[in-house]
Amino acid sequence: MGKRIAGVVVLFLLLALTTYLAFYYAPVERTMGVIQKIFYLHLPSAFTAFIAMGICFTANLLYVFRRAPKWDWLGVSAAEVGLPFITVVLITGPIWAHPVWGVWWTWDARLTLTLVLWLLYVAYLLLRSMIEEPDRRALLSALFGIFAFLDVPLVYFSIRWFRTQHPQPVILGGPGSGLEPRMRVAYLLVWAAFTGLLILLLRSRYRLEAMRADVETLRREVEGR
Amino acid sequence: MGLARATGILLGKELRTELRSRELVTTTAVFVLLVIALFSFTFDPSSAESRRFGPGLLWLAFLFAASLMLQTCFLREQANDTLSGLRLCVGDPFAIFLAKLAANALFLLLTELLLLPVFSVLYNVPILRVWPSLVLVLLVGDVGICLTGTGMAAISAQARMRELLLPLLLLPLLTPVLIASTEATAALLSENPVLRWDWLGILLAFDGVFLTVLWLFGEYLLEE
Repeated sequence: MGKRIAGVVVLFLLLALTTYLAFYYAPVERTMGVIQKIFYLHLPSAFTAFIAMGICFTANLLYVFRRAPKWDWLGVSAAEVGLPFITVVLITGPIWAHPVWGVWWTWDARLTLTLVLWLLYVAYLLLRSMIEEPDRRALLSALFGIFAFLDVPLVYFSIRWFRTQHPQPVILGGPGSGLEPRMRVAYLLVWAAFTGLLILLLRSRYRLEAMRADVETLRREVEGR
Repeated sequence: MGLARATGILLGKELRTELRSRELVTTTAVFVLLVIALFSFTFDPSSAESRRFGPGLLWLAFLFAASLMLQTCFLREQANDTLSGLRLCVGDPFAIFLAKLAANALFLLLTELLLLPVFSVLYNVPILRVWPSLVLVLLVGDVGICLTGTGMAAISAQARMRELLLPLLLLPLLTPVLIASTEATAALLSENPVLRWDWLGILLAFDGVFLTVLWLFGEYLLEE
């Protein structure tokens, strides 16, 4: 219990620190101005969502081959915790795009990919709510998760050949790309804080799912008597 | 019994079932016709406009039709309680998928071939000069739709609200198919028709990926 409280406190402090870094320490971007600050929320959320997606896929694969309920719990936790991060990406993106590009939304490769990802996550969670029997729910949703994850690169490449307006990657981009050092510190620390938040939420959600499974087993035992 | 032989026998069964009832192809064809007719009210179907919007609406109609058509392929087995029997007879469950996939792709292709001339006439888009390439695009696209569709139908058949769930699971997965086949069809229906191998390549990659996925994970989809 004490450890968990300590984790929450550390995370809270880290989030407060990164807010300060993003708004005061990192310089204001020259061409975009203050609106660029939203990137400190947008980009780390996207990266964190990708981590959650990776965890979800790994858990799905492990469930199919090992059939231990814990992998199912991890899978659903990662999907449910990852979904808000993608939602943040989808909300902050248009807020930034409106003054900079002049439109709220454009059907560019990365935007469309993010939207499709969001839809796939939602479909995964909806599917789970439509199957009562725990083992079957775990197996079928894991299989859907695998289908969905392998679909992502195909979605990306097919949309990419349309047209692309999204800013080119600046963090891991080619030559000529790069960040002002103070901005980089802010980005990395926000990302660290978000990853911490992800882990914390994931742990609570996982524990909740485990408890739910316990209750379900007990309920069945009682009904069986 | 080898995979090819088992698939052949099962495919025969699927085709025989359809030949006796003729429900699937008829209903799907009428549905696509209906969508094509209704779409004509959403924009002015002149020749130029049709070239712009036609391929997209055609593939959307096919996608929606497929997501309805694919419902039955496992529900029918469930209703008659024949899935366990099938699993016991066939050594490799992949054969069940291959047969259903081939049958569904054939039905879908047949529906499309029936409806293409109607589309061509109603929307003033000439298709006669490009029909072999068009059939190729249709075939590769249909295989993609039916590959994922058969897998998703196996999942949704075991859930509640399955009629609503199948399109929800299937349509986002089919984004690459929709884009690539629409673009390939648009290139074929343009003033100077070309067969775009890059889009066909995406479709083939999609087919390859999901054929492998179905081969690797298909048996788990049918677990009792």
